[in-house]
Amino acid sequence: MAATFLSRFGRSLSCISRRGFSTSCDDKLLLPTGKSMNLYSAINQALHTALETDPRAFVFGEDVSFGGVFRCTTGLADRFGKSRVFNTPLCEQGIVGFAIGLAAMGNRAIAEIQFADYIFPAFDQIVNEAAKFRYRSGNQFNCGGLTIRAPYGAVGHGGHYHSQSPEAFFCHVPGIKVVIPRSPRQAKGLLLSCIRDPNPVVFFEPKWLYRLAVEEVPEHDFMLPLSEAEVIREGSDITLVGWGSQLSVMEQACLDAEKEGISCELIDLKTLIPWDKETVESSVRKTGRLLISHEAPVTGGFGAEISASIVERCFLRLEAPVARVCGLDTPFPLVFEPFYMPTKSKMLDAIKTTVNY
Amino acid sequence: MAVWLVRSRTFVHSLSKKMGFLGVYPSRSSWDASFMQYSSSSSAILSLVDNRYGSRPYGFFDNSATRFLVPRFKSTEPERDLDSQHIKEDEEDHDQALDFPGGKVPFTSEMSFISESGDKRVPCYRVLDDNGEPIVSSNFVQVSKEIAVKMYSDMVTLQMMDSIFYEAQRQGRISFYLTTSGEEAINIASAAALSADDLVLPQYREPGVLLWRGFTLQDFANQCFGNKADSGKARQMPIHYVSKNHNYFAVSSPMATQLPQAVGVAYSLKMDGKNACVATYFGDGGSSEGDFHAALNFSAVLEAPVVFICRNNGWAISTPTEEQFRSDGLVVRGRAYGIRSIRVDGNDALAVYSAIHAAREMAVREQRPILVEALTYRVGHHSTSDDSTKYRPLNEIEYWKLTRNPVNRFRKWVEKKGWWSDKDDSELRGSIRKQILQAIQIAEKTEKPPLADMFSDVYDKQPSNLQEQEKLLRETIKRHPQDYPSYVPV
Repeated sequence: MAATFLSRFGRSLSCISRRGFSTSCDDKLLLPTGKSMNLYSAINQALHTALETDPRAFVFGEDVSFGGVFRCTTGLADRFGKSRVFNTPLCEQGIVGFAIGLAAMGNRAIAEIQFADYIFPAFDQIVNEAAKFRYRSGNQFNCGGLTIRAPYGAVGHGGHYHSQSPEAFFCHVPGIKVVIPRSPRQAKGLLLSCIRDPNPVVFFEPKWLYRLAVEEVPEHDFMLPLSEAEVIREGSDITLVGWGSQLSVMEQACLDAEKEGISCELIDLKTLIPWDKETVESSVRKTGRLLISHEAPVTGGFGAEISASIVERCFLRLEAPVARVCGLDTPFPLVFEPFYMPTKSKMLDAIKTTVNY
Repeated sequence: MAVWLVRSRTFVHSLSKKMGFLGVYPSRSSWDASFMQYSSSSSAILSLVDNRYGSRPYGFFDNSATRFLVPRFKSTEPERDLDSQHIKEDEEDHDQALDFPGGKVPFTSEMSFISESGDKRVPCYRVLDDNGEPIVSSNFVQVSKEIAVKMYSDMVTLQMMDSIFYEAQRQGRISFYLTTSGEEAINIASAAALSADDLVLPQYREPGVLLWRGFTLQDFANQCFGNKADSGKARQMPIHYVSKNHNYFAVSSPMATQLPQAVGVAYSLKMDGKNACVATYFGDGGSSEGDFHAALNFSAVLEAPVVFICRNNGWAISTPTEEQFRSDGLVVRGRAYGIRSIRVDGNDALAVYSAIHAAREMAVREQRPILVEALTYRVGHHSTSDDSTKYRPLNEIEYWKLTRNPVNRFRKWVEKKGWWSDKDDSELRGSIRKQILQAIQIAEKTEKPPLADMFSDVYDKQPSNLQEQEKLLRETIKRHPQDYPSYVPV
C-alpha cells in the first residue's frame, strides 16, 4: 500500500509548484556551505550526521533498510551497516518497545513509524513506558536517547489513514517532547536536536513537504533549539500560531491579508511540548489578537491548549476572541479533503473577522 | 490418515537416531575460561538441541564449581525431525518443491491441515520429585552447597517477607502488596542461574530476583512504605521495585510492556559484544498481550540474547488459562517464532536452575532468544485487592500450597544432602523475622521524600511549565496547609 501511495504522491506533487520557506534566524549559518534541498533530503542528511557523529546511534523501522517509503533513510544501511540501520518486523508497538530498551542502554535509538496514522499500536509504549521511564525509576534509568520519527498530515489524497495529524494525543503526556519542523533547514536542525536531546521525543515530519519544500540547508552538523518558538514574520494586528506544513498555508494567508492592509505576525511553535508560551504571549500582548491553525480536528486539538493558556495570560490585552482555523471533527475524508482542510481562505476570513471584531 | 501413517513411520526412524547422547558443559563460573574452547569446537549446548545429528564429543572441566551432567538427553523436538524427514521423502517421491524464501517447500498432493495440537502435551522437565528426591535419569546442573543454601535461605526470606508485608498491608500500614507465594522457586532459582551482569526486565512477581542480587529487606521496606530512602523516590505503588545497581529495571504495571524493551536492551548487549543476556519475566496472562508477540518475533528476527521466562501460574487475576489461550501453554509458541523453548516444573528449584542456566548460556553464546515456560501456581491472591476464593476452589489452592510447595521440596533435598537441619531452619527463620520487623519499623519512621521530588525527573531538566506549577502549588500549600499531608516535607 505504501508503495502505491508513494507513486501517487509523487505524481500529485509534480503538478504543484515548489514553495520555498523563509527562515529568518541565524541566516549566517546558511552562507558558507548552504545547499538547496528538499525536506526528505534534509532528514536524510540529519540521519547521516547522527549516525556519523555517534557510534551508538541506530536507525530502524519498517522498510528503513532500502531507504524507506519516503526515501528518508536512503544510503544509510550501505554506509553504516546492517547492524545500525535495519528493517524491523511490521509492528509499531514492537518498534517503540525495542527502541525504548535500546535507548535505555545509552544508545540513540532513532525509530521510524512509517505513517503517523499507524503510531497508535505504539501508544502504550510511548505513554506508559517511554514517558515515565526516568520518573518511575527515580532517575536510575532513562530512555532519553529515543527519537520516534513519523510522517504526518494531509497530502491531497491520503484518506483516513495516510493523512492524520495525531500530535495532540502526545501533547497530553508529561515526559516526552513533541517537535514538528516546517521546512528542510528546520527539519535537519531540529531532528539533530531531538536525537541528541536527553529526553524521548516524538518528531512528526510534514510529508506534504518531503519533496515540495526546498530551501538552503547547511551541509554541516547544526542543531536548532527545542522549546523555542520562532517569529517568522513580524506584524502588528494579529498573531498567527501554527507548526509544520500548516505554516506554508498561513504564510500565504499573511500575504493576502497584507494586501488588505492587515499586518500579521506569524509564529512557528516548533516544539509543542514543552512549548514556548513566552514567545506567543509577548506577541499577543503586542497584537491583541490570536489565531491558531492546525490540520488536526479542532475539538481537543493543541490549539485549544494554546488558546486557553493565552487567554489566562493575556485576557485584558485581547481585543477579540481567539480564533481557531483547524481540521473539522470528522474522520479525515478522501474526496472531501478540500472541504475538511483549514485553507488559506478560511484563515483569511478568520483573520478579518478577528481584526474587525 | 494416510499422511499420519507416513509420519509415524518417519517418527520411529527419527527416534532411533536420537538415542545415546552424551555431553557435559561447564558452569557459568568457568565459562570465561572455557569460552574459547567452546567456540572452537562443537558445542555441547548446541547438542542439547541438535542431537539428531549424532552425538557430540565430550567436554569436561575439572575446575567447574558446578557441572551439567547429561547422561542421556531426549529431544523435546521430535516433530522437527519428523517434518524434515517428511520433506525429504516427498522430495524423493515427487522431485518437486517450491523455491520460497526460507528454503524449499515441498509440494504434496495430500490436502492435510496441521493439527491444532500435538498428540500429547509437551512434557515438563523436572529434577526433583515431590519428595525432594532427584529423579535417577535426570540431567541437571549440579549446585554447590553454598549456592543451594543461599537458594533455600532466600526462598524462606521471600516467603517470610511476603507474609509479614501482607499483614502490614492488612493493618493499613502500606497501601498495597502482592505476594510471590508458590513461585519462590522460579524467582530464586532463575536468579541464581543468571549472571549478575545479566539485565532483568521484570513484570512484578519477581522480587526474589532482586533479593538474590542483594537488594536488602530494608530496600524492599523503603519502597513499599514510599519513604525518602526509596530509590524510586516514592513515585510508584508498593512492589514496583527498581535498582540500577542490581541491573533490575523498574517494575511497570502495564502487562508485557517490558518484553519488547528486553529485546532492545539485549540488542545493545549484542552490539557491545557483552558476555551477558537479558532475562525478562511475564505470566500466562501477559502472553496474550500484543507486546508478547512483538517481543518474541523481534527477538528471533534480530537474534537478540533474551531469555523469556514465563511464569505460567494458572491464573491472571480471576481468569484461568483455559480462558486465556487454547495452545498447549506457552512452550509450543516458541517454534512458531523460530525460538528454542523448554517447559520446566516451576516448583522444582533444581529444574528451574538447570533450565535457566542452559538457556542463558545458549542465549549468550549463540546470540539468540530462548523461551522458558515454568509451570507453577499462584498460591496467594493476585494482590491485596483480590480475594481469589471467589473464583477458585480452596482445595486447589491447598493442594499447591502443601503438596506441591516448592520451598518444602527444595528443603527436603538440601536436608538429604546434609546441608541443612531443623536447627539451621529455626535459626534462619528467627533471624529473618527479626530483620523484617526491624526493616518495617525503620521504613515507617523514615520521612517521605520532599515535594521537589514530585517535579523532578519528568524531563532531564525542569521545563518552565513545571517550574510555574511547582511555584503555584507551593503558594497554595501555604494558603491551605490543612489540605495536604504533613508527612511530605515542603
